[in-house]
Amino acid sequence: MNEQYRTPLKVATGLGSAKHGVQHFMAQRLTALALALLSVWFIWLVLKMLHLDYAAAHALVAQPWNAILMLAFVIAVFWHAQLGLQVVVEDYVHTHGWQLALQIAIKFLCFLGAAASVFAILRIALGH
Amino acid sequence: MSASARPLSPFTTIYRWQIQMVTSIVHRITGVALAFGTILLCVALLALASGPDAFASVRAFCASWPGLVLLFGWSWALSFHLLNGIRHLLQDVGMGFTIAQFVRNSWIAMIGSFALTALLWAFVFAQGGVV
Repeated sequence: MNEQYRTPLKVATGLGSAKHGVQHFMAQRLTALALALLSVWFIWLVLKMLHLDYAAAHALVAQPWNAILMLAFVIAVFWHAQLGLQVVVEDYVHTHGWQLALQIAIKFLCFLGAAASVFAILRIALGH
Repeated sequence: MSASARPLSPFTTIYRWQIQMVTSIVHRITGVALAFGTILLCVALLALASGPDAFASVRAFCASWPGLVLLFGWSWALSFHLLNGIRHLLQDVGMGFTIAQFVRNSWIAMIGSFALTALLWAFVFAQGGVV
């Protein structure tokens, strides 16, 4: 590359691209695609659960395929939510301290939500 | 320096509202709303794991007026975010990039989301309502 296009900082650090430029973009699209498919199953499951009593609802979610798809759904949901909320905060919160605090809070809460949901699904599926 | 002193692009006050602007901002709003909505999903799963009493409380909340309003809002938010998200995914692989297609597909996502929500709730009430 012609040196005249490089900034002085780039010449000084001598570092190239971080190579992770499209990671966020790709993860957001991949989880979106997964959720577009899983949402159809999820809506079907919720509508089916409408009038089931506790035991029947529990048994329905405990079925292996439903439990596996529910695990995939909650992991994709909280991952996708974290990626999306991150962009919203990046775009609208311009104060460094708030930005940092919110990004950390979003990551922590999304991970907690995913962990709690996974724990609940495993407890339902494996019996208690 | 606090960056809040930066001038912002004057988009909402100057440009005439167009459907693409509406779908863009609504996609974000529904996305944030759905993120909060997943709290109910998480609570419902935990209740189902912990026992009949906890599950009955979640059911009772869903059948209450605040619960119904939230469920109705989230069902529309999910419908819109899903349909508009499919539009975005198609655009990401290079489809639908003329201005006419942008406008048409944005309207399809918007009107389709109302249709899908109506269909969902028609099914729910045909089954005798929530709980």
